[in-house]
Amino acid sequence: MASLYERIGGEAAVDAAVDIFYRKVLSDDRINQFFDAVDMEAQAAKQKSFLTMVFGGPNNYNGKDMREGHKHLVERGLNDSHVDAVIEDLGATLKELGVADADIQEVADIANSVRDDVLNR
Amino acid sequence: MAQLKYKDEVFNVSSGSSVLDTLLEHGHEIPNNCRAGACQSCVMQVTKGSVPEQAQIGLKDSHKTRGFFLACSCRPEEDIDICLPDADQTRIPACVSKISKLSNDVVELKIVTVETFAYHAGQYVTLWRDEYLGRSYSLASLPQPDEALTFHIRLIPDGMFSGWVHKELRVGDTIFVQGPIGDCFYTRGKPEQNLLLAGTGTGLAPLLGIMRDALNSEHTGEIHLFHGALTLSGLYLHDDITMLEGAFSNLSYYPCVLNAEKNMPDNVIEGDISKIISASVRHTCGWKTFLSGNQGLVETIRKQVFLAGCNMKDIYADPFIHS
Repeated sequence: MASLYERIGGEAAVDAAVDIFYRKVLSDDRINQFFDAVDMEAQAAKQKSFLTMVFGGPNNYNGKDMREGHKHLVERGLNDSHVDAVIEDLGATLKELGVADADIQEVADIANSVRDDVLNR
Repeated sequence: MAQLKYKDEVFNVSSGSSVLDTLLEHGHEIPNNCRAGACQSCVMQVTKGSVPEQAQIGLKDSHKTRGFFLACSCRPEEDIDICLPDADQTRIPACVSKISKLSNDVVELKIVTVETFAYHAGQYVTLWRDEYLGRSYSLASLPQPDEALTFHIRLIPDGMFSGWVHKELRVGDTIFVQGPIGDCFYTRGKPEQNLLLAGTGTGLAPLLGIMRDALNSEHTGEIHLFHGALTLSGLYLHDDITMLEGAFSNLSYYPCVLNAEKNMPDNVIEGDISKIISASVRHTCGWKTFLSGNQGLVETIRKQVFLAGCNMKDIYADPFIHS
């Protein structure tokens, strides 16, 4: 049976998802204050590696980097509700791209598995 | 810690430091300008060892293979021997053919190179007065026979280079050109795609080239050109572009001023250019966008155009980085 990453559509799916997902995040008033960086291209590149990871694709996920990378945001108040919002936007993106519900759930499970690292706890 | 060898001296490059930082700290004169990897002023050549990929971003392939790299973006991971390349390998001479006023603080500079200079309208180059003083400017011209390389140069208060161009440079003088650089240009193949061009101040220059390139290529999609200025006098070339708008049904020109004045031409719109864009163009899905000028505004407009549907990869931006 094909892997989750293959079922979703691999790198092409990541490319298709990144603009849709990033646009949802920037438009989401619950979380967009955390994405107010100037360099959108750099941020889109980070979204791309995040999506590759949660789609079960090739990645070099590193819990320590994840903690470091979000530390300043946790200090600014990043909490579970914001992670929930991101996962919700992620699900909506995949729905738009026609991904099956079971696969969306699997993606959400992977995203949830890094929640503690993101929130530095 | 990596070591670098330059002119028979060996230096340690401390972690996080660039080759440029290291050489400047030790008193070496290395041409440099933006220190952000954009202007290519600090181009150097590696003669032994290799440099990280990051240090060669934006360079021509032929230069990459010869070991050229940007000293400001180079954080070496191994020991390297480096030198300054001969200036004639990276810069070519040109003769000033015309200098004329476009507004009270912008001149149009036209120069002619002896050898052919291949470029795309909308790219930029670094212009050099001499070995050490250079600044980056966008090309406003099209690469066609009989058309000189054209630049719009705003006089910056106390600006060394722009002051020299405005006050001292004369027709017949020699100036040196390095480049071209950048991927902010029109590409053929999608004539029906709508284009959004937005720039502030002399950010108009590359957009004019891109616009003319599109029109010459018989672009059939809509072309929306927004030019933002603080005052009416900043809307240089207003009359020429207005005439052009009359000649092409798919071209719309939006001259925007922040501070309104009495007796403005009918087509001038008062307000913030980013707000005028969102009021005029609501959906940009499938569009291609070119942005140039003030860095803060470029980033604001990039975000709003993206949110309005334009793909990230279809947004080309040339923000002005001040050194």
